[in-house]
Amino acid sequence: MNIRSQISMVFHLDKCIGCHTCSIACKNVWTDRKGAEYMWWNNVETKPGTGYPTKWEDQEIYKGGWDKNGDTVSLRGAGKLRGLKNIFHNPNMPVLEDYYEPWTYKYSDLFTAPEGNDQPTARPVSLVTGEHIDVKAGPNWDDDLGGSPDYARKDVNFKALTPSEQESLFQLEQMTMFYLPRICNHCLNPACVASCPSGAIYKRGEDGIVLINQERCRAWRMCVTACPYKKSYYNWNTGKSEKCILCYPRLESGQAPACMHSCVGRIRYLGVMLYDADRIEQVASAPERDLVDAQLGIYVDPFDENVIKAAKANGIADSTIRAAQLSPVWKFVKQWGIALPLHPEFRTIPNLFYVPPMLPAMASVDADGVYDSHTESLWAGIEKSRLPMQYLASLFTAGDTERMKLVLKKLLAVKISRRNTTVGDLSAKEVADALEGGRTNAKEADAIFRLTSLATFEERFVIPPAHREESIEMLEDTGDVKGNTGFGFKLKPARGL
Amino acid sequence: MWGEQTDVCESADWYNSKFIVSMGANLGMTRTPDIHFFSEARHNGSKTVVMSPDFSMVAKHADQWIPAHAGSDGAFWMAVTHVILKEWHVDKQTPYFMDYVKRYTDSPFLVRLDKKGDHFAPGRLMRAKEVNEYKNVTNGDWKFLMADAATGALITPKGTMGYRWDEQQGNWNLKFENGTDNRAYDPELTFLNKHDEVLQVEFLDYGHQHLAKRGVPVRYITTVDGERVPVATIYDITMGQYGVGRGLAGEYPADYNDKNASYTPAWQEIFTGIGRNTAIKFAREWAGTAEATKGRCMVIVGAAINHWFHGNLMYRSAIMAQMLTGCNGRNGGGMNHYVGQEKLAPVDSWGTIMSGKDHGTVPRLQQAPIWHYINSSQWRYDNNQADYNSVPNDANPLARKHSADWVLMSVRNGWMPFFPQYNKSNLDIARDARKEGAQTEADIRDYVVRKLKSKELDYSVADPDDPINFPRNWFIWRGNALMSSAKGHEYMLNHYLGTHHNDIANEVAGEYVTDIKYREKSPSGKMDLVVDINFRMDTSALYSDIVLPTASWYEKADLNSTDMHSFIHPLSEAVPPVWEAKTDWQIFQSIAKKVSEMAKTHFPAPVTDIVNVALSHDSADEITQPRLLDWTKGECEPIPGKTMHKIVVIDRDYTQIHNKFITLGEGVAKQGLGAHGVKYECADVYQEMLEKKNHVQVVDGKEYPSLREDVEACDAVLKLSTLTNGKLNMRGYQMLEKKTGLALTDLAEGLQAVRIDYKDLQTRPHRYNTSAVWSGLMNDGRAYAAYTFQVDRLVPWRTLTGRQHIYMDHDGYIMFGEHLPTYKPSPLPQVYGDIRKTVNDGKARMLNCLTPHGKWHIHSTYGDTLRMLTLSRGMEPCWMSEKDAADLGIKDNDWVEVYNDHGVYCTRACVSSRIPRGVCIVYHSPERTYTVPKSQVRGGRRAGGHNSFTRVHLKPSLMVGGYGQFSFHFNYWGPVGANRDTHVLVRKMEKVEF
Repeated sequence: MNIRSQISMVFHLDKCIGCHTCSIACKNVWTDRKGAEYMWWNNVETKPGTGYPTKWEDQEIYKGGWDKNGDTVSLRGAGKLRGLKNIFHNPNMPVLEDYYEPWTYKYSDLFTAPEGNDQPTARPVSLVTGEHIDVKAGPNWDDDLGGSPDYARKDVNFKALTPSEQESLFQLEQMTMFYLPRICNHCLNPACVASCPSGAIYKRGEDGIVLINQERCRAWRMCVTACPYKKSYYNWNTGKSEKCILCYPRLESGQAPACMHSCVGRIRYLGVMLYDADRIEQVASAPERDLVDAQLGIYVDPFDENVIKAAKANGIADSTIRAAQLSPVWKFVKQWGIALPLHPEFRTIPNLFYVPPMLPAMASVDADGVYDSHTESLWAGIEKSRLPMQYLASLFTAGDTERMKLVLKKLLAVKISRRNTTVGDLSAKEVADALEGGRTNAKEADAIFRLTSLATFEERFVIPPAHREESIEMLEDTGDVKGNTGFGFKLKPARGL
Repeated sequence: MWGEQTDVCESADWYNSKFIVSMGANLGMTRTPDIHFFSEARHNGSKTVVMSPDFSMVAKHADQWIPAHAGSDGAFWMAVTHVILKEWHVDKQTPYFMDYVKRYTDSPFLVRLDKKGDHFAPGRLMRAKEVNEYKNVTNGDWKFLMADAATGALITPKGTMGYRWDEQQGNWNLKFENGTDNRAYDPELTFLNKHDEVLQVEFLDYGHQHLAKRGVPVRYITTVDGERVPVATIYDITMGQYGVGRGLAGEYPADYNDKNASYTPAWQEIFTGIGRNTAIKFAREWAGTAEATKGRCMVIVGAAINHWFHGNLMYRSAIMAQMLTGCNGRNGGGMNHYVGQEKLAPVDSWGTIMSGKDHGTVPRLQQAPIWHYINSSQWRYDNNQADYNSVPNDANPLARKHSADWVLMSVRNGWMPFFPQYNKSNLDIARDARKEGAQTEADIRDYVVRKLKSKELDYSVADPDDPINFPRNWFIWRGNALMSSAKGHEYMLNHYLGTHHNDIANEVAGEYVTDIKYREKSPSGKMDLVVDINFRMDTSALYSDIVLPTASWYEKADLNSTDMHSFIHPLSEAVPPVWEAKTDWQIFQSIAKKVSEMAKTHFPAPVTDIVNVALSHDSADEITQPRLLDWTKGECEPIPGKTMHKIVVIDRDYTQIHNKFITLGEGVAKQGLGAHGVKYECADVYQEMLEKKNHVQVVDGKEYPSLREDVEACDAVLKLSTLTNGKLNMRGYQMLEKKTGLALTDLAEGLQAVRIDYKDLQTRPHRYNTSAVWSGLMNDGRAYAAYTFQVDRLVPWRTLTGRQHIYMDHDGYIMFGEHLPTYKPSPLPQVYGDIRKTVNDGKARMLNCLTPHGKWHIHSTYGDTLRMLTLSRGMEPCWMSEKDAADLGIKDNDWVEVYNDHGVYCTRACVSSRIPRGVCIVYHSPERTYTVPKSQVRGGRRAGGHNSFTRVHLKPSLMVGGYGQFSFHFNYWGPVGANRDTHVLVRKMEKVEF
């Protein structure tokens, strides 16, 4: 057992508003720079949709992530050999058109346009070329099902659906959408780290945050290809790749990352997960149908005495272990099993988990076009879900629809149980059936409800305190010298992977 | 219905609801900081329903989505109420509901039935003075009658408006007590089991244009004139209106499946496209939840409902379901209509300082839609409202008058304000009156009335196209009056600015108007000077003569409040105003200073001014006009403040404007402060302010509290408001105790030590006090919900009956057929006048264009920042359905022209499956400042924005006044500039030029 600590996250999609405040917070803090205009370390996508960069989920195009290769995995697009072969020409990379060409407006025309018959208007100009631009794409172009014929209808996850199932998703009775906020998953098996020919990308030992060393990056951009989530970006100005740093300077001072701190819908949770690093390869190469279970199995119980002992042996601080015990992520992911990884089949073992959205119940439309959305009970069962289980399963369970159903049944059971507590107008049988269907009980339903609806800032973000002594130790031999300010790092920081 | 403006629950109370309907509101988009309460409630077992024609952002948070056809929501609610009445009031009498409607609604009041040929029609409320028992009561026109269930005796219950304005105080409350002798009674809700007769009464179904006659149980009352009149309870009439038969004779529907009879679930199907079972189940879930939770069912409404021509009826139809199930004045319940966030919480102190009343001045406050309808000449393009406003066939001829004539009538009769005022300078009128011997203010008033009567003096609104009546100078502040809120934008360009515009409409009003003067040639460019006070370059700034740069949110000290929460927000100067910008307060101050300096030359001595003031709500003005009478027609004598507007004579010393601006006047100490009919003394607090010697101004040797600095003005507001000063708060309740005869001061007791100043607000959020000026109770952390004060403490609503109104018996409402809650279909495009001249050559399609509030905008502000434009499509596109787009050969992101007679907007199409056919959406609001190409359908000239294809329509029934809750109050009462019913043509743009 090789216990390590990982900062992990849960995004509650049912609560997500699609307001993009997270994106703005991130943009304003980190990527408001030349060469980074097109980068959105945090972005929010409408689903169904093709996202940003467009069709990023389609590894037929981008060759990101890992392939299962017997008992191990290999990089799909940028392995050592392939990487070397393509080192001067990487064919599997998104280009500017797949993101978008950033633009601004020639506002000065409003003041300096020559006198004419019409009012002046500021036209868009490219932030890359400075020329007039015909705006055709943006980082959120298919927001709220905008351009559904070209985007939503081409959602990569529709491969799991028949054409008629796809078509019905665009009819009144079944139409729906939800939002999918995305940041770097700070994976346990990060393809970006593995793909980097320069060894510039590393996973921090103390919390598992994946970082790109800007001194060592040599602009090979293999990470851009390798990351199946397309969360590594190339800065054309500095000639380095960049990515989400999970606001580690904030974390180290006890503050939630900017995207989480600003989350208006209060959908984001952050906490420590302890995991057994010895099992990474085994989990990453698990058969597809076992992927979610295998991943969940790698996270170990922070209350288990053996785990605690092993954690301490690996130098994990008591305060970090305590944080793991209070972690909301532990509750959502392990205790309750209602938060799932995004595209586990990419095999990077992502550490961002999603509670799936419930959405309105399906309706029907009769021959006269009359729309009927009434349900026999107050809430329809999940068989009336507007989104087919295959679709959700394609996103969150590598195709396992049964697990998807179970999660949704549990979420429904929470509502029904809370209805029973707060109103009491449901039959005892209905309540009992719902709890049983969701494999839960009233007590657990209450706990799920509380963390979902009533959690305070401190309950949503359980940040292990940074241990200042560790950073001092890097600078000086504390046993020998007192008060020495030092001349640089004397010890190498402890790095994972 | 409530005599209130926009009194709603704070968003935290959404969480307390167990059945939430979001109707015409897009919470995810426009209530972004608040919607978490909605989704958190859902996980707590609250059912969430979204009514919206498109699959909107909030729809994803719904358990059930009901996409009723755009503008048909009212029909759905009519059927829901039908089911509620049938199953929860008739089949079984739900005790909670029955108790609630008896005490808190006007249902038990008696209405006279008027004979109409072989049948009857609901008429006016029976007045106390009409019966022998009460013929001598004071304010007998404004006290109404009920029957006592125990004895059948007539009661004039306490709490009606007559009691509010009686000299004798203490009877304005909702106790079950007879007003004249304190006798206890039990309101008799229905005469079903004890009636003299069942009469056939007419009920008009505007959906089917069918007049149904239905039996209503009545009793006969003998009036003081010896007339024997049939009366019915509002409750029984309501049953008739909703078609709930109870075994009575007449054209009652057979069952829920009777689609020909209003207002069955099958009937609503025709208008909404929503299945009957959806309406039935919805009603059962709603009422079941309301019964189990004692009224925790709420509706959240946004501007998407408010802006329909018949928006008032849609509101009423939803409120009916709430009233009949006891959901108003309950936490987690209510009609929460967030249309604008104009709850100026410390209204008691702010209102006085804002309008200079502390120095005794009389402001001119205008109702905006009326002002623009008339002054930007939009009325000239409007045909007769009766052609599109579903007016009963046999209505009083007044109901067939043009809206502009209604405006004129509303101004003359003192219902609505209008400025400019007269076709002669107000100062000259006063001067001439003096010349003719007028000495006192009363003399001057008489002079004005005389001159008006003889037509030597006329209202500006009577002849708005005479240059003498033009408004000339326009200051635009805190708004984007030339684009975002400029319904009829192109008409403003034409008639206000005299610049290029794209309207091609014909001026048709000449055929219809009878009172307002129609001149053949319409004026162009009325305004001499447009000044915009703005922190950004928007369309209004683009068109202004002068732009005064103002500080933005984080560059100034200022206060902000909203109805979404119970905190006052201090803006705070994080950085000083950039470049030449000044704060709003300092900009106005410097203008005041310059005017005062110039006045030394132009108005060295005080001059007398005359101000017309509309009959106002929350004053005795609201019991002045029991009947709709027009003095200009000789139907009554013109008496200022009674049969016409008030005429206030006031001396103005323009040299003192700046001095008054920077000081808090003694009026505060002498008259006290207040709002909504609540008043309190504050001389001692004024004295405390004077003692802060570093915050006083000395004018002519006299000390005043200083308002010179922005923070001083903020502190004055906070120091003098009941919300932030616990001592004054107590006085508000003490005053209301006297008025109502109820014990209320316990609400203020624990708050007496509260003193919140600007620094406190900056330090941390402070929740403000429960206050007598507002209707929600907030003690001990309770979420603010409107009318909990009424329900918990029996303080009346500020309405005619003091109860929530189902029935509106104003003559105007009866003539327009809106005395009962009803459904009127949206005006047909053929008669609404959007597309008379615009020709469809087959390449375009007519769509209903909606302009709801958009993502990341407050109107256009912030939505036009580069960040937000980057996260959207770089502009405000026209959203349309996949089918409409495909039929027109339009692909996503193609350029399109959206146009009608009023103007054109050129934009790109955003094709989406979530938009229903027949509808397109241009979110409110684009700007001309970026990416607007030239229109091909309007001759290669620059296109406009979303208001280029709108034009103001005014609903006359919303202009009446001097009658209870139908009395003017700034920003409360008046017609909206309806624009939801707009139709446009949409076509692909063949050539894109800038």
